Amino acid sequence: MKVRFWGTRGSLATPGPETEHYGGNTSCVSVIGAQGTVLVLDAGTGIRRLGTTFDRTLRRIDLLLTHLHMDHIQGLGFFAPLFNPNTEVHIWGPASTTLSLEARLSRYLSPPLFPVLLRELPCKLELHEVPCAPYEIGEFSVQCGLVCHPGPTVGFRIASQYASLAYLPDHEPALGLSDGQFPISPDWTSGYALAAGVDVLIHDAQYTSAEYSAHVGWGHSSLEQALKFAALAKVKHLVLFHHDPAHDDTALDRLVAEVTASEKPPFSVSIAAEGSMFELP
Amino acid sequence: MFPKEIEVILMRHLASCLAMPIVIVSPEGTLIYYNEPAEVILGRRFEETGELARDVWLPLIPAMDNEGNPVPIEDRPITHVLEQREPTHQSFWLRGMDGVRRHIDITAFPLIGQADRYLGVVAIFWESKA
Repeated sequence: MKVRFWGTRGSLATPGPETEHYGGNTSCVSVIGAQGTVLVLDAGTGIRRLGTTFDRTLRRIDLLLTHLHMDHIQGLGFFAPLFNPNTEVHIWGPASTTLSLEARLSRYLSPPLFPVLLRELPCKLELHEVPCAPYEIGEFSVQCGLVCHPGPTVGFRIASQYASLAYLPDHEPALGLSDGQFPISPDWTSGYALAAGVDVLIHDAQYTSAEYSAHVGWGHSSLEQALKFAALAKVKHLVLFHHDPAHDDTALDRLVAEVTASEKPPFSVSIAAEGSMFELP
Repeated sequence: MFPKEIEVILMRHLASCLAMPIVIVSPEGTLIYYNEPAEVILGRRFEETGELARDVWLPLIPAMDNEGNPVPIEDRPITHVLEQREPTHQSFWLRGMDGVRRHIDITAFPLIGQADRYLGVVAIFWESKA
């Protein structure tokens, strides 16, 4: 599978020269299988550029939404395949306890926030609500599960025959634990089942430890917590994601160097950079 | 031990921050967590017991009415919620694992998660006058 980052920023798009390297667009990742299956993870502002790269003859795209916070859906209305009548677009995302996925998405894709209604989109649109049992999309097996983040939010584990990837862009597994308590046992840790043993974990790393203390309950992790969670899950590679808008390229390099020096993770760590890609067997 | 659902994890976090005795039971009846105030009532620390299967923990903390008659396991509130999936409230005597009898009021309710998933039982209890 080929994995490419189209948006790596958390909370708010942050374009500018100071974020040129790691990127200013909000969450969007493409996963393309060897047999051509196209998965798109979240519809942050990065999805606009991704949408321009698809051939108009592409028959099907599956868009997996972790949740419906604005930084994960803001690009949806600007995703070109939604306006192609020849393309099937399957959107997978969480319902709430009272509203369907369609009703929740329609709150954004309707006036006054957006001029085009969800039902008016020309593509062949199908909506699927998660959580659910593991399911197949083309050559991929997809498992999702609710994770600790305000409102209905899921993470995804995507597996091909040979490799696995977990995507937990907004995740606060340390919620409710005091300093030094995290991590606790795996069975009591949010997101563990999704991330356990994966080849690559893309994980929320929004804050420094000091910043996290001032944002407990906001649904995000510190860099340190991301590393501890990855160690607990025994992943092979961790990609730090959902960068805080206040962390420019220089700050990110420094913060990650500091935390890897102190945590000494037994796996490789990289910082998600917009435009970068990697390939799994 | 299986990974817990997020609603159960959050319930434990909430319970661990509260001063009310709270126990969490899985849909199968396994006692999967009780907080520090509940440790006082149940008579043993959770770190010592860990998770306890249904056929182990219910007999370990027998319940009695005001006359000292045993309350059958099938009539106890957590069993009621496990079987009926509806909330209940009862008062009785409970003998903890430390051998001490305490009179308690207990409210138990089913934990229902997203997509109406049944995730177990939560019971909150108070020491009360007989």
